[in-house]
Amino acid sequence: MKTNDLASRIPWTLVVFLAALVVPWLGSRYDIFLATQIAISGLFAVSLNLLLGTTGLVSFGHVAYFGIGAYVCGILMKTYEMPFSIALPAAALGAAFASLVFGFFCVRLTRIYFAMLSLAFSQIIWAIAYKWNDVTGGDQGLPDVPYPDLDWMNSIPLLGDLRIAGQFYVVTLVVVGLSLAAMRRIIHSPFGRMLTTIRENAERASAIGVDVRRYELAAFVVAGGFAGIAGALFGIFSRGVFSDYVFWPKSAEVMIMTILGGINHFWGPVVGAGTLVLLNQETTSYTEYWSFVLGTILLVLLFVFPGGIVGGLSAGFAWLRRKRKGVGSPEVGTAEPTRVEVKRA
Amino acid sequence: MTDLSFLFTQFLGGLTTAMFLFLIASGLSLVFGVMRVLNFAHGSFYMLGAYLAWQAVQWLSPLLESFWLAALFAALAVAVLGGLVERLLLRHMYGKEELYQLLLTYALVLILGDGAKAIWGTQQLSVSRPPILDGAIEMFGSVLPVYNLFIMLAGVAIALGGWLILARSSAGRMVRAAALDREMLGALGANVGALYTGMFMASSFLAGLSGALVTPIQSIVPGMDVEVIVEAFIVVVIGGLGSFWGTFWGSLIYGQVLSFGILIMPSFSLFSVFALMAVILIVRPWGLFGKPMR
Repeated sequence: MKTNDLASRIPWTLVVFLAALVVPWLGSRYDIFLATQIAISGLFAVSLNLLLGTTGLVSFGHVAYFGIGAYVCGILMKTYEMPFSIALPAAALGAAFASLVFGFFCVRLTRIYFAMLSLAFSQIIWAIAYKWNDVTGGDQGLPDVPYPDLDWMNSIPLLGDLRIAGQFYVVTLVVVGLSLAAMRRIIHSPFGRMLTTIRENAERASAIGVDVRRYELAAFVVAGGFAGIAGALFGIFSRGVFSDYVFWPKSAEVMIMTILGGINHFWGPVVGAGTLVLLNQETTSYTEYWSFVLGTILLVLLFVFPGGIVGGLSAGFAWLRRKRKGVGSPEVGTAEPTRVEVKRA
Repeated sequence: MTDLSFLFTQFLGGLTTAMFLFLIASGLSLVFGVMRVLNFAHGSFYMLGAYLAWQAVQWLSPLLESFWLAALFAALAVAVLGGLVERLLLRHMYGKEELYQLLLTYALVLILGDGAKAIWGTQQLSVSRPPILDGAIEMFGSVLPVYNLFIMLAGVAIALGGWLILARSSAGRMVRAAALDREMLGALGANVGALYTGMFMASSFLAGLSGALVTPIQSIVPGMDVEVIVEAFIVVVIGGLGSFWGTFWGSLIYGQVLSFGILIMPSFSLFSVFALMAVILIVRPWGLFGKPMR
């Protein structure tokens, strides 16, 4: 959009990042808890959207790489007492490597079979996590994963005033921010454009000489690696890694986050993650039937707003803008979300 | 000799698991084969069948002890629910991306799971065996409960009945035609919409029935829906998504792998079945007995 009004000149991304950064100083402990969870879930959902929205691959086992990241980081930090600065990259690499191996097979399959195979692989990881007592703690999980050593922060003004949870939130925010920036660069690079081309028409892409499988595999690996980072952060944040993290309904949950926000927009999944986390907190204080609420939201989403929150909002704004200009046109593209041209974020 | 009879017991155990899973998975496979919808809610229908059977037994108990009537009621009620789901929700998702179909059925998993929790609570429920199937028989030195034998026979009966209907009846011909080319069938004047509703109801009926039949040997607990659906997925993937006999053989293989996998690697039998599913998807995505999709 080449509108020159004020709103488009504000660097919204930076504003949001800065707003999120002050949470530990202005917010309560509970706010820090929520903000950390939103940041991590947002990263996880954006990594899934690299497959779902950008490349058009329906992975029903994305939680596997989240879980691998969580376990690698948790095991390294707890069992081997390694520093976070080694455990985090190791988690990303471990998850990326697993997605390279699994993805190699997955991208050979089409559509529903791709979804099934990714589900099967994630269940293999779950079975291992659930049963390999010596390493993963089995069904007991891996409790008491330590916080990273953040004592160096104490000597820095402002940061030193924070408790460990606040300091870890700052670390999380920086890691998530850098990861999101990296993913944005990837999506807007020629490589990312090619992924979208493949989503739109894989046959044509292959006809012009693109090695579709290799691109899809690369997307799978990148998405898996960032999911691993999210998992590593989450394991520390929730003070433990448990096999539940890898059970298949979690894959569905992150998928709902992504769709809820909107898969056609880079920030959609972050919005979805934030909405779902907040909604979850609000709902669970009234009722134990969170799944029921989630299922109902999902139904409404599928039938009323298939483009998700961001998709619905941007369609609404587009409609308003047209109305102001007096070029009335009823064609607001929400009906067929993945076919709509990708909005420039 | 004891060794052999032990192996035979294991084999029978696998066979019981297999026939149970076949009852569940046959409906899942049928719906995928014809409608190309992977129905996550199939496990929830199974769970509802179990709860409804328990409920019906409670309602009937002052009047008469009839497990069979309760099971039939449960299966029919689930079939009606399935029909409503197809008519009101699923119908709008045909022709859309798989993602939306998957998520729709997953939304039902969430809603039905919590719905069952709200109605029946979280405690374990169980139904006693019908007296006629109480007891056990001895076979080659291993003991087989009569009820398990009944399940095996029921599985075989459903397999034969399903095959007869699909292969011989006019409804079966329509179903097979719809699986091949839905549009052409519609163009020839068949009511494809009604056929789909009927198919989905039949599939839900099978899910509800198997849920009801499981109650005498397994307690009814929340979470049985997500557990069983993954098992049913494995079975249909092994046999071939959409292939009726494939599902039959797939469940036999699954039952034996699980049953003997526990002997060989006790802690990794779960792993072995998922690995089997993955290997089959890699080598023959259309399953051992399916045909490649065009």
